[in-house]
Amino acid sequence: MTSDDLTRLTITEASRLLRLGSISSADLVTAHVDRIERLDKHVKAYLRFTPELWEKQAEEADRRIRQGDAPALAGIPLAVKDVLCVRGVETTAGSQILRGFKPPYTGTAVGRLFEAGAVMLGVTNCDEFAMGSSTENSGYFPTRNPWDLQRVPGGSSGGSAAAVASGEAMIALGTDTGGSIRQPAALCGVVGMKPTYGRVSRYGLIAFASSLDQIGPFARSVDDAAIVLSLMSGLDPLDATSSDRPGMEVLNNFGAGVKGMRLGVPREYYDVKGIEPGVKDAIDAALFILRQAGAEIVDVSLPHTDYGLAAYYIIAPAECSSNLARFDGVRYGLSEIDAPNITEEYLQTRRNGFGTEVRRRVMLGTYALSSGYYDAYYLKAQKVRTLIKRDFDQAFQKCDAIVSATSPTVAFPIGAKTQDPLSMYLCDVLTLGGNLAGLPGISVPCGTADGLPVGLQVLGPQWGENVVLRVARAYEEASEMKAEVAGVV
Amino acid sequence: MLARLGLEPGDEEFYADQLSGILGHIDRLQQLDTEDIPPTAQVVAVASRLRDDEPRPCLSQEEALANAPAPVNGFFRVPAIQEET
Repeated sequence: MTSDDLTRLTITEASRLLRLGSISSADLVTAHVDRIERLDKHVKAYLRFTPELWEKQAEEADRRIRQGDAPALAGIPLAVKDVLCVRGVETTAGSQILRGFKPPYTGTAVGRLFEAGAVMLGVTNCDEFAMGSSTENSGYFPTRNPWDLQRVPGGSSGGSAAAVASGEAMIALGTDTGGSIRQPAALCGVVGMKPTYGRVSRYGLIAFASSLDQIGPFARSVDDAAIVLSLMSGLDPLDATSSDRPGMEVLNNFGAGVKGMRLGVPREYYDVKGIEPGVKDAIDAALFILRQAGAEIVDVSLPHTDYGLAAYYIIAPAECSSNLARFDGVRYGLSEIDAPNITEEYLQTRRNGFGTEVRRRVMLGTYALSSGYYDAYYLKAQKVRTLIKRDFDQAFQKCDAIVSATSPTVAFPIGAKTQDPLSMYLCDVLTLGGNLAGLPGISVPCGTADGLPVGLQVLGPQWGENVVLRVARAYEEASEMKAEVAGVV
Repeated sequence: MLARLGLEPGDEEFYADQLSGILGHIDRLQQLDTEDIPPTAQVVAVASRLRDDEPRPCLSQEEALANAPAPVNGFFRVPAIQEET
């Protein structure tokens, strides 16, 4: 087996080789670091690397494998999005305002994967404070799509998606507030999953929009995504919204196939404005495969789809404007503390620290929450959120899961949407409904259009991760559409 | 001003233009009659949990101050909020 072969493995395959003693965790790390050294100057998936962690964790994994008590992820190379705190590792949310910030603690989701034996390779790039759909809003540099370096990887978790797609990590963590895991997974041709709101603790996640944010995995197979999700799920006293449902329930019956299942195709998603013909063809082919595998495809409706983006772009900016008020230059991060007075200190710190998209959303959110506009915008959007949630509740009366494209388009050229924020926001039109309603969703590779990956989205009812995974796995098996590793150059 | 973003002269026109486009899209919300619809702030039913009020391990003073831009004598230095008289 060549070094590059080791960067194409899934968890299942790597774990078998590790336990057989054919390879060591150190071999896996070396193979990945090798590939990163060759490719990451082109892809730019990583912001920084964590050699002290990977050395220690790989050594520990190898020791436990030798002893025969290896935990589930022993030796598995992991990349972590730059919004998840890891003790002592610079974590900046892709923003200059947090340059140099080293968290004094590790967040729950990452900590649980460390306990399960994962080996952290580094911190991946993202849109600043996870606001964006292309990773072009990073305060450091844009990440490129491994399948076409002139195109975006999607976002905001573009670095994590690109790392898994290019063989620079076996698994990665991202966060999804409006589609930030599923959309880049689709654009990079990997599996990406957003759990039900509350399934995974948000402790240690640098908040963007607290009622929408969820942490989830990127992987090269549905099985891998399921394993990682199950290991980081479950009650955490440090997040008041984390559910006490057992994490392992996400695996219930998920290998059972789709025979006899009813899969709903929302007509508003199927014919969404701006969907590319090639994407539609790929989805049609996927529906055909699911039908052949024994699923019944049924027509459903989500009548308030046209209002989802509008409601989202009130609620998410409102929550972000409140969450980002903490960046005041006093306790951490960039600071202009020697400014002549307190107002100047705030103004200078935030002027120098925040990028354009963050400022845009803070303005929008502050406006929507300001007295006089609160009822017209924020309260209205929360009521529309109720209507959107009811749409999904009604749809799930008629079907077990919903299937659609993840993104209306394939990966677009770098720079194509940066001048027109609304066109960028529309990238998430098929994913943000799942966040507003708190649903679990996955994107799995379903072929290509013009040589670029297309993603199939599966959404389930709240706490129905096992249903979502079951459909995704059945599709993956029937289509033989494994996530491939991009050749890059 | 409320958001303390420190806008510079040219910024206002730049953002005003983009934000009007976004708010133009958002205005479609007004088409919906939501008179009798309750708002959703929290989408998953989770009951508030209580815990015993007992001391637990926490960050040391040193750890808490490790990222402070200007620690002074074990404290965060903050900008003055009152003028000297």
